[in-house]
Amino acid sequence: MSDLISLSIDEARRRLDAREISSLELTEAFLARIEATQGKLNTFISTTPEMARAQAEEADRRIASGDAGPLCGIPVGVKDIILARGTRTTAASAILKSYEAPYDATVVARMRAAGAVLVGKLNCDEFAMGSSNENSAYGLTRNPWDTDRVPGGSSGGSAAAVAARQCIVSLGTDTGGSIRQPAAFCGVTGLKPTYGRVSRYGVIAFASSLDQVGPIGRSVRDAAHLLRTIAGHDRLDSTSVDNPVPDYCSALTGDVRGLRVALPREYFADGLDDDVRRAVQAAAQQLQSLGATLEDVSLPHTEYAIATYYLIATAEASSNLARYDGTRYGVRLGNDSGLLGMYRKTRAGGFGPEVKRRIMLGTHALSAGYYDAYYAKAQKVRTLIRRDFNSVFANYDLILAPTTPTPAFKIGEKTDDPLQMYLTDIFTISANLAGLPGLALPCGSSADGLPIGFQLIGKPFDEETVLRAGDAYQRDTDWHTRLPQ
Amino acid sequence: MPITRDDVRHVALLARLEITENEEQELAAQLDQIIAYVEVLEKLDTEDVEPTSYITPMETPFREDVVSTTPDTERWLANAPATDGRHFRVPKIIE
Repeated sequence: MSDLISLSIDEARRRLDAREISSLELTEAFLARIEATQGKLNTFISTTPEMARAQAEEADRRIASGDAGPLCGIPVGVKDIILARGTRTTAASAILKSYEAPYDATVVARMRAAGAVLVGKLNCDEFAMGSSNENSAYGLTRNPWDTDRVPGGSSGGSAAAVAARQCIVSLGTDTGGSIRQPAAFCGVTGLKPTYGRVSRYGVIAFASSLDQVGPIGRSVRDAAHLLRTIAGHDRLDSTSVDNPVPDYCSALTGDVRGLRVALPREYFADGLDDDVRRAVQAAAQQLQSLGATLEDVSLPHTEYAIATYYLIATAEASSNLARYDGTRYGVRLGNDSGLLGMYRKTRAGGFGPEVKRRIMLGTHALSAGYYDAYYAKAQKVRTLIRRDFNSVFANYDLILAPTTPTPAFKIGEKTDDPLQMYLTDIFTISANLAGLPGLALPCGSSADGLPIGFQLIGKPFDEETVLRAGDAYQRDTDWHTRLPQ
Repeated sequence: MPITRDDVRHVALLARLEITENEEQELAAQLDQIIAYVEVLEKLDTEDVEPTSYITPMETPFREDVVSTTPDTERWLANAPATDGRHFRVPKIIE
């Protein structure tokens, strides 16, 4: 059994297609694994064993008839902010505690069409707002490497479940680092695609100009398989872009010779943990030894990224979350308090403290008298940040940087100080503001035995180069193969 | 600009949130700290900079203007806190 839950997508595919194992057997192995580890880690908000078994049986029929694509029969987990019909979808919020998804998100529809097996809905920070998974109304998630530590956030359940081998791959969402930061904390590989690469239809909105769905796996190759399945234009999301979807796996040639890699000075400044610095520099040297070139560059507006992000993201959130008013779905409180009273009591009782804080901040930033000073100003600085990247990418193929300033922190360590929590997103936020693809992958281990990650940021819609470099690194190293006890 | 408890009360009304005295006090302190931090942006001269609202070039997609119906009214009403079977029910708005 333990060998079944350790399979890569390619290995599972070979054994499924050779009829050495069935998708049902594979699925049962993961369901048993979830059963054995969920109590300790709390990675799932809900599990869907019956749906999973039915999908596995259907996948076995497709495999028998020779109609199986790469993901057919493969157990996957989905962040609970993504709608999957037939599942409860809560966004980790009490306000949606009994919300049954009435339709599939496009990414889920595409996974179903590919024959993937959905084992459950993964825990996250409420409405994807958080960096530690401590903001879930369904209890915090623990890091499988050290259960006293956070798995990161907001896709903490998605990263921890892959690390704990509760599913082969998972879907997360990334608004300011919410795939990459937990991937780094949990020692797995996660990609935030270019803004517009993947449809957001059916994904509960946090900050619409920043949100993007992406894959998490134990290798670049597994993530590439999942990206291929979910990427592409969708007429139901007008921000999804109608560019052809390449075969990301065939881009994984192992060849990085001549690739021009830029190291931004601002990402290696003071405040970076020593273990992280050493590991990330070693990763850069590894790519150099494979034939890439390295050069230091500057992204001069880096220090403004967090301020810019927390104005734009909260402003968009305050608008997006206006829909939770007790009328069409979700919890209703104060039915006898008039319409305004019902709105206010519903939202007061339904939202957790971090969501309220961000709605308040965003509402303030958009309110009369402050709009120009905060929101409009942040949109202009966003242009400056985007220009920084444009000028680097005029001369380089990739940017290499740490994913996080430190390895996973302790549960409770930053919950009393929202600003300190926000500052942990320093290295991931800029890729969202500039809309660029960012890949986080493991490259070392701290003195405490915690995973360390590095990040590759690419040009818009150039996921192929990002994945190719990440895969070449993983062919030559074994950090991504290490597993928590 | 510092955030006062009056500001917090005003914003909470705009945001349709009911907040307790304790929350009011805590939010005033936390928002004040965060706003003081984001004011770092004031250092930058953005006089001639265009704002970025979306990264991708946005064009409004068009479709044929044809009548269609949404099937499954029950499916869309199933999550509502109160309905009459065909509509969402809300507290009385006009006396």
